[in-house]
Amino acid sequence: MNRDIFVVVEHLDRATADVSFEMLGRARELAKATDGQVVAVAVGNDLRGVAAELGAADTVMLCQHPSLAHYTPEAHQRALAAILRARAPRVTLVANTAMGMDLAAGLSGGLGWPLVAYCRHARIEDDRIQATSQIYGGKILVEAQVEAPSALLSILAGSFPADAGRAAGSPVIEEVPPPPAGPARVRFKRLIRPEGGDVDITRAAVLVSVGRGIQSKDNIPLVEELAEALGGALASSRPIVDQGWLPKTRQVGKSGMTVKPKLYVAVGISGAPEHVEGMRGAELIVAVNTDRNAPIFNVAHYGVVSDLFDVLPLLTEKLKAAK
Amino acid sequence: MEIVVPVKMVPDLVEELEVDAEGRDLDRSFLKLRLNEFDEHAVEEALLLKERHGGRVAVVALDTAEVDEALYTCLAKGADRAIKVPGDFAAGVSSHAAAAALASVIRGLPHDLILTGVQAADDRDGQVGILLAEALGLPHVSVVSGVEPVGERAVTARQEYAGGVMAEFEVDLPCVLGIQAAREAPRYAPVSKVRQVMKTVTLEEVPAAGELPGPGSTVVRLARPERGGGAQVLEGSPEEVADRLVSILRDKGFVTR
Repeated sequence: MNRDIFVVVEHLDRATADVSFEMLGRARELAKATDGQVVAVAVGNDLRGVAAELGAADTVMLCQHPSLAHYTPEAHQRALAAILRARAPRVTLVANTAMGMDLAAGLSGGLGWPLVAYCRHARIEDDRIQATSQIYGGKILVEAQVEAPSALLSILAGSFPADAGRAAGSPVIEEVPPPPAGPARVRFKRLIRPEGGDVDITRAAVLVSVGRGIQSKDNIPLVEELAEALGGALASSRPIVDQGWLPKTRQVGKSGMTVKPKLYVAVGISGAPEHVEGMRGAELIVAVNTDRNAPIFNVAHYGVVSDLFDVLPLLTEKLKAAK
Repeated sequence: MEIVVPVKMVPDLVEELEVDAEGRDLDRSFLKLRLNEFDEHAVEEALLLKERHGGRVAVVALDTAEVDEALYTCLAKGADRAIKVPGDFAAGVSSHAAAAALASVIRGLPHDLILTGVQAADDRDGQVGILLAEALGLPHVSVVSGVEPVGERAVTARQEYAGGVMAEFEVDLPCVLGIQAAREAPRYAPVSKVRQVMKTVTLEEVPAAGELPGPGSTVVRLARPERGGGAQVLEGSPEEVADRLVSILRDKGFVTR
């Protein structure tokens, strides 16, 4: 059985995603358990800059070609499948991001290797791969064991410290030729960047963020008034934007903005991993939710287990009076 | 355009989730189920495409508890066909098994575009749409919002990244897209209309063919996330809690006189 731990490096615009360093750090721990190597794999073009940051790996495999310059699920999966099939590492870590989701499940289907998705923890004990998924909207941890010789784990961002993965080093650089060209049924057209114009929630010192608990669009002014009383901006979780109640520019989380305000008030937000990923860096987090078991209370500093419709108007009124 | 939308029932996350006595699954006896909300967005996007560009929408689901009503609701919203895949799926089904079962059924259906929810609350072994694409040998793109036809044989799909950045792809048909959000909020089907559909339409049943694979991993135990370092919960009446919060926010400098 192969002992190596592979990390699929995610990058966009020549910048390596933080989650890649988090995975590299964890890969080092896993490689200690298997007595194997940490191998970072990057697919793209002109990857010198990306490779220079991967000092924490023992080996950096680069699969570079102009046709791979922009990520597409099809071409990047094909390149990774060829590498992984040839090397059959014990564990391959992939980020649970938009790109990683396509790659991890695609490789699992294509290679016939097991996948444990949404991993919060990963370890190897007695030569067994154990991984813990955080699912059901973040409410439940499922610990599972994989028997197969090679497995894919998709890792939630923020699960491991990134520092260990940023360690300096001089890994062996291995250039891998791209696989023979296959069908190009998925073609990259362009990157679309967010339009300005609306409030930039990434710059606000105070954010009051509204989630599904608000129940109806008509209730949003209740949260907006609290934001005003605190001199902050209104933000939201994904379902509010999906419902069309607030513009996309207000969305905090995995497919929205990452924010680091001084104060983040989460109102009626349960705290699924996709949301927490975007706000866990806030200095002070206050959460209001009716469900004491809502995962938002695991990241909040202060919690109010109560109906937001009872507490919010009172809070707004008292804040206004206090000024 | 022939659009197929695989949908599934998942535990309603608004409800309390209990772990069963053996600790390896949810206690399913009182579990309230609902249609995966991302699948609702996939259905909506399919219906919008049909309304704007023509075509037909077929909704497919494995036969799990309460799925009939969800399928009737899809018909009431405007889907043309609803197909139920009979089988022993009551105890939950892995994504790998679901994808294999759905692939065997969808091979027999006309399909240009397969839209499904980007993920589900319980897809521990990966997302069904992507595994389905692999089983059918089709290209796939996940985390998509915004699908537009390009001529007869391709669509553009926008994949959402962090920070509001999106990549636009052109994808040849047939393909599988994992829908993050429809361009409009999912429509509502009035109960009266759902009832009417239930009386007049019979759900089609198409059995899955072939062996269904397992998830490739064995569940050891379920647990709630630890509350270590979690929130200090403020107790009391709403009045008391609001006072306490104002005082905390004042101490931290967020209430300036």
